Amino acid sequence: MLRTIGVASIEELFADIPSHLRLGGPLALDAGRSELEVYEELRALARRNTSTEDELCFLGAGMYDHYVPALIDSIISRSEFLTPYTPYQPEVSQGGLQAMFEYQTAICELTGLPVSNASVYEGPSAVAAAGYVAKLANGRGRFVVSRGVHPHSREALATLAHGWGVEVVEAPLQDGVTELPELGEDVSAVIVQQPNFLGAVEDLEALAGAAHDVGALCVAACDPLPLSLLRAPGACGVDVAVGEGQTLGNRLDFGGPSFGFFAATEALIRRVPGRIAGETVDLEGRRGFVLTLQTREQHIRREKATSNICTAQALNALAGVIYLSWLGRHGIVELTELMLQRTAYARERLAALPGVHALHDQPVVREFAVALDAPVADVIERCAAAGINPGYALGRDYPEYENGLLVAITEKRTRADIDRLADALGEAVTAQRSRDAHHVGAAG
Amino acid sequence: MTASAADDQLTIYERSKPGRRAFVAPALDVPEHPLDQLIPARLRRAETPHLPEVSEPEIVRHYNRLSKRNFDLDTGFYPLGSCTMKHNPKLHERVAALDGHARLHPLQDPRRAQGALELMFNLQTALAEIAGLPHVSLQPSAGSHGELAGVLLTRAFHEDHGESRTKVLTPDTAHGTNPATVTMAGYEVVKVGTDAEGNVDLDDLRAKATDDVACLMLTNPSTLGLFEHGIEEIAEIVHDVGATLYYDGANLNAIMGICRPGDMGFDIVHFNLHKSFTQPHGGGGPGAGPIAVAERIEPYLPRPQVIRRSPDSAHAGGAGTAFFDLDYDRPKSIGRLRGFQGNYGVFVRSYAYIRSLGAAGLRDVSEVAVLNANYLLAKLRAEGVMEHLPVAYDRICMHEFVLSGAPMKRDLKIRTLDLAKRLLDHGVHPPTVYFPLLVDEALLIEPTETETKETLDRFAQIIVEILREAADDPEVAQTAPHTTPVRRLDEAGAARRPVVRQAL
Amino acid sequence: MPDPSYPEDLLYHPEHDWARLDPGNSEEATFGITWFAQDSLGEVVFFDPPKVGSTVTKDAAYTEIESVKAVSDVISPLSGEIVAVNDALADSPETINEDPYGEGWLVKVRLSDPGEQEALLDAAAYEATLS
Repeated sequence: MLRTIGVASIEELFADIPSHLRLGGPLALDAGRSELEVYEELRALARRNTSTEDELCFLGAGMYDHYVPALIDSIISRSEFLTPYTPYQPEVSQGGLQAMFEYQTAICELTGLPVSNASVYEGPSAVAAAGYVAKLANGRGRFVVSRGVHPHSREALATLAHGWGVEVVEAPLQDGVTELPELGEDVSAVIVQQPNFLGAVEDLEALAGAAHDVGALCVAACDPLPLSLLRAPGACGVDVAVGEGQTLGNRLDFGGPSFGFFAATEALIRRVPGRIAGETVDLEGRRGFVLTLQTREQHIRREKATSNICTAQALNALAGVIYLSWLGRHGIVELTELMLQRTAYARERLAALPGVHALHDQPVVREFAVALDAPVADVIERCAAAGINPGYALGRDYPEYENGLLVAITEKRTRADIDRLADALGEAVTAQRSRDAHHVGAAG
Repeated sequence: MTASAADDQLTIYERSKPGRRAFVAPALDVPEHPLDQLIPARLRRAETPHLPEVSEPEIVRHYNRLSKRNFDLDTGFYPLGSCTMKHNPKLHERVAALDGHARLHPLQDPRRAQGALELMFNLQTALAEIAGLPHVSLQPSAGSHGELAGVLLTRAFHEDHGESRTKVLTPDTAHGTNPATVTMAGYEVVKVGTDAEGNVDLDDLRAKATDDVACLMLTNPSTLGLFEHGIEEIAEIVHDVGATLYYDGANLNAIMGICRPGDMGFDIVHFNLHKSFTQPHGGGGPGAGPIAVAERIEPYLPRPQVIRRSPDSAHAGGAGTAFFDLDYDRPKSIGRLRGFQGNYGVFVRSYAYIRSLGAAGLRDVSEVAVLNANYLLAKLRAEGVMEHLPVAYDRICMHEFVLSGAPMKRDLKIRTLDLAKRLLDHGVHPPTVYFPLLVDEALLIEPTETETKETLDRFAQIIVEILREAADDPEVAQTAPHTTPVRRLDEAGAARRPVVRQAL
Repeated sequence: MPDPSYPEDLLYHPEHDWARLDPGNSEEATFGITWFAQDSLGEVVFFDPPKVGSTVTKDAAYTEIESVKAVSDVISPLSGEIVAVNDALADSPETINEDPYGEGWLVKVRLSDPGEQEALLDAAAYEATLS
């Protein structure tokens, strides 16, 4: 090969690199290892993680411990889905493109909006991307964001909005749901979450109406499974519906990769970021699919692009559409109703415990918040000792709920599991309160 | 528009029949409340969403058949320039699927996620070493996300020094994500020209590098596959006006273990884990785009950062061993770019890759990547291909090279697009076409290190055949592909009257 | 339109736009893009006209044309106020490719400074800039 190139050594191929920039020795990394050794190392690391297989998990807050059916693994591990690149040559990518089209259709059905892209990275960055679209659409300089929007989404939006010169103003929660301040005509978008971070179902129609009254857009970050029961965002007048897709057939994976969905009204079709698969025909009249409206994207429009997204989350979105097909039209409703009933039961049981109070009494679907009369960190530790992870401590993100706990229910959490949680939580709170009382007594 | 769809091409919706299902819900084991009591009717949807109604065997068959209409890397050669389509080792799927990694909730207490946090910390350390820059954030989800992080970090850096600059420079050969990122970050794009040798035009750079410039974004090797001769001078010019120098790591495959962006003077580097670090492309993601930065940029890194606390620190709880943690206490941080900690599943695979190869292995990767590209170029030249597809810049290339299809278009009446479509009939994925924009009828070819000499020879032969065929009868390529599941598709029609979902 | 064509009766802007002055009314002109521009763009897929009543300024971009592979600014050859836009292009944007000087017209403008015409090129001069 070197002879064909016309050089004497591989060294010569790097002649363009100044010698003083060349590394004198090897990188300071360990030597390579055999597959067996690497496997053992990764397994040892895995063992030092407490997964949802190792404890009873009621953690939610954006990602949920669902049962992922076996057929998803078997399909997405196929080489033909796992290893190709983005479908720039559509004639040999009809599998992936048709899957995107089927996915887009499903997202449109859930959100009640006519346009969906083929996925974005995940939930919080999708909220930021929606903000960018609103800003480009109406050029106004202020976002009103509900405190009920996921803290990570609010932070991601703030991080990006800083560069756009858009001011971000927070709308508070009252009794667990969004209370919008009076809106002015400088508002670009009203951004809310459904259900909100505290699990409460918001009145999207009223919120979207208030936004439209001042000519602002309404963006709703939605949990997709509850959308099978709740009035569709599109039907409520929402302009852009985004959300975290992990709950649809994707693993927890310590936070990623998953996918975000992004759906919008027809009027915004040319501003929607990311890839979009479109239907067309070939030379012989056969139906086929292509990436379309590509001028929105970075690789054509460059500085005029509606986003810079290149690689997205195609494989995860594929898992999502397979999951939705597996659940099916009626299955998704049955699954969500099951979670709904169990969540109601869990909230009742926990709120009945001494020292535990529901944070609000709004309708909830699969997640709810309680306030504890004991330091939540200590309570969580006691529960951990009993093999239970009772939920997410709200205090860091919501100082006003210092000892708040967010509890998530999925179809994996049975009545027996919920009873176990109630017992453990009840005991933990009681034990912690008496310990604190004892100490107070001792000090006094 | 009319279309005839064979059974093979039905969508999952077209296969649906009312009442069919795959999922069976577990039995209700709690007291049942009336729906109205739990969620008022006015907040509920009137009609169930129109999702498919199919059984498991139908789902499996449907997606399996779809998969067979995809070309993929496990099946054939995929010399997509700038994408680094290297083999995806199968071990990675096995380790990523281990419960301790795959079923770990992102909000798990760090004390009960030490394996994950240590893995992330070790990956950061390795990437820092490869880049030659001390601090790494794994948070960005893809290359373009990492670019955005880099420009936002630049903004934070300047603002912290009391400056507000308005421009970012990018070469005219830049990947489209660069200018799109700049605009998203609120800066104005200014293009810098390329000289006749394919390098950044230093005179143009000097003229445009004013103190209003926040950053220069560069790829080295460039998107032309060429090492920037003047890289150190570029760094000096940029740093002299107080701007940052950003490295787009898309072309890292050419230099691992050979030289490092940090040593060249770059302040911020992003990696594409789905390129050089072989996260499978998945048909368009997922990937990850971690960034490595110089000391002076560290304070602005996204929150949270994965850190190691010393054994005697309070957080470690006196455990006596190092404690890996998520650090939120970062007052100057730009904030978050996304939820949680990043695409951990991708980190597991990339970490396994780096551990498998080690220092010497990574260097081998780059050496063979560059060898393969130069060999393929030389082979094409030896086969007389340059007459119709000359190389754009007659220099030693690095891991990829650009040909121009302009003479072919003029003399043989087939364009780069037609050549690409004809390649599909030969069971090969075409190279990247019409990028970089600077080269007319561009063909950007990156073989990667995991291809054999035989595959490269065969590819050269295929090119020769296609050119020979075009000289005889250009129409074959002009109407290609002929043997793929669909023929050439009407992209203009799709864009004019977009149909982006099935009418149900 | 397959072959290059640059009608003699038009005035041309170097950024590949033409102006046709209304023979009956020296203060009104019709604008569009040249054969070269539509050929470079490829198949046009979308044109969103600017609003009637908005101002255009010579040498500045006043709208965009989108093809499958690119988006291009359209530069105004003269200054004035838009009095009409070609709504038919919403349904058939490809008309811009097929008939760039006729049915593919973009906007009609009431000129604010007819003297600006002096700076424009005739067909021969414009064609010369293309080689």
